[in-house]
Amino acid sequence: MEIAIISGKGGTGKSSISAAFATLSGKVVLADCDVDAANLFIMFNPTHEEEQVYMGGQKAVIDYSMCTNCGLCVDYCRFGAISFLNGRVSISEILCDGCKLCSRICPSEAITMIDSDKSRMYAGTFRNGKMVYGRLAPGEENSGKLVNMVRDKAKKMAKAENIDTIILDGPPGIGCPVISTITGVDHVVIVTEPTISGLHDLKRTIEITSKFNLKTWVIINKYDLNNEMANEIELYCNGLGISIAGKFTFNAQVVEAMVQCKSIMEYAPESDFATQIQSAYNMIANGKIISKRN
Amino acid sequence: MIKPSNIKIAVASGKGGTGKTLLSTNLFYVLQQQNCNITLVDCDAEEPNDRVFFKGTMLKSLEVTQKVPVIEESKCTFCGKCHEYCNYNAIFILPPVKIIKVIEDLCHGCGACSVACHYDAISEKDVLLGNVNCFSIAQQSTVIEANMKVGVYSPVSVIKEAIKEAGNSGIIILDSPPGTSCPFIQTVAVADYVILVTEPTPFGLSDLRQSVETLKTMNKTCGVIINRAGLGDNAIYEYLKQEHIALLMEIPFDKDIASYYSKGELFVKYKTEWEQPFISMFNSIVEKYGDSNN
Repeated sequence: MEIAIISGKGGTGKSSISAAFATLSGKVVLADCDVDAANLFIMFNPTHEEEQVYMGGQKAVIDYSMCTNCGLCVDYCRFGAISFLNGRVSISEILCDGCKLCSRICPSEAITMIDSDKSRMYAGTFRNGKMVYGRLAPGEENSGKLVNMVRDKAKKMAKAENIDTIILDGPPGIGCPVISTITGVDHVVIVTEPTISGLHDLKRTIEITSKFNLKTWVIINKYDLNNEMANEIELYCNGLGISIAGKFTFNAQVVEAMVQCKSIMEYAPESDFATQIQSAYNMIANGKIISKRN
Repeated sequence: MIKPSNIKIAVASGKGGTGKTLLSTNLFYVLQQQNCNITLVDCDAEEPNDRVFFKGTMLKSLEVTQKVPVIEESKCTFCGKCHEYCNYNAIFILPPVKIIKVIEDLCHGCGACSVACHYDAISEKDVLLGNVNCFSIAQQSTVIEANMKVGVYSPVSVIKEAIKEAGNSGIIILDSPPGTSCPFIQTVAVADYVILVTEPTPFGLSDLRQSVETLKTMNKTCGVIINRAGLGDNAIYEYLKQEHIALLMEIPFDKDIASYYSKGELFVKYKTEWEQPFISMFNSIVEKYGDSNN
């Protein structure tokens, strides 16, 4: 069973909830799919058993000993990445999209493509099972391919270790890396917060999960910061037939736990928050059994 | 206060949900009250929220499109050259059974396939990626929103258009997307100064570090605002000292502030004692990085 935790809006508590789900009881494979800002490895300090290079996009580079300054590449580039700077053709690394057209059309073969090989995928063991995470090099296009690599590895590890449950901690937003995180999972859990921004982002996120026909659950985190808004979110979800898996109270212990590099289940197993996590997880995991029977 | 004729300030953070939008919108409001010529650009195109905080009238809405190839099969010889030229694997071809398909989601609109085709079989159509919406909030104060269409894979094109729409005059605040990948780079690349918003937790610190390192490679100066100060630990303060990074402001964790935000309200309107810290912070940035001093 794969459970993906996403949120649309950042900072609603995805990682804290993923960490809690990953330390409930049985062994899990935990995959941090937020490759642009991976964090769970800080909390769980997994062993480094495997490191793989992820080949990202390419960037065009000019060899000025061969360039005749004809400017053909400037005309062909659709990303506005090539221009004349101080009388010389120049490629902006930031604007270059890596399409390679300039390199293909250059009459003097002065442009080559450099692979970016700074992104990594890591896999290892943590205290409650196996863990995989990716780290995208700054400035890379977050295309979702590194997320796919992380997910493939997670599935392989689950199979090899005979582990049933894969927890995927997703990235914020609704773009490609999010789509890569949720495609084909058994459950998507959207963590939201009772703010106008939270609701606004939730709506866009639900649009994505329904596009892919995924079993979607919503957790309203810190709901007591604005009860009225929390009710509005609940009504909205009810209207769409989306189940609320939990309404969690704001609890400063979650932050205290993080500072200690522990999940809330490890730090305060008797707390209200831990109880809420457990019941939400039970609801989601049992939902799987029910839907199978149907 | 000092009024620069133009300055671009990006408000960014590696970690999502640290308070970029909270900061951007309240700073915008404070400066607007000082009768500055000011534009706020919401560059978080996947989940734009800034306009929730303002009542304004829409001035215009621009469509952002991308070119996508259309292959006329009657002219196609299935030579495979377009497939070879495409650096994004967006053209799928099976010559023996004469199948050729454009995978529009993977296409970046670079035009390489059109250049590759010698049989005039490829034309192009426009595909909608999102909108750039401009709102007038008051005299000389505008909010520009980058809004990616739900289901589109990358927000970068829409972000670029929104930044272009903001022009170069007056004070421009860029509310950046989270992370340090391509969308972040595109936003901070045009900024004169970057404000990084973080929270005093291990996750916040880890992501801050990544943002700072990325900005260093881009030769961008940054300062830090610590949001939800009081929750978490002190490691972040040590880091700032060690790296000689300016601590611009601290906003304590305060349920009132969270509650105003949740309702889509600007907290400086109600907690007016915060106006001055915002103005002082802005002055300190402009003194060093605004063009009024150049």
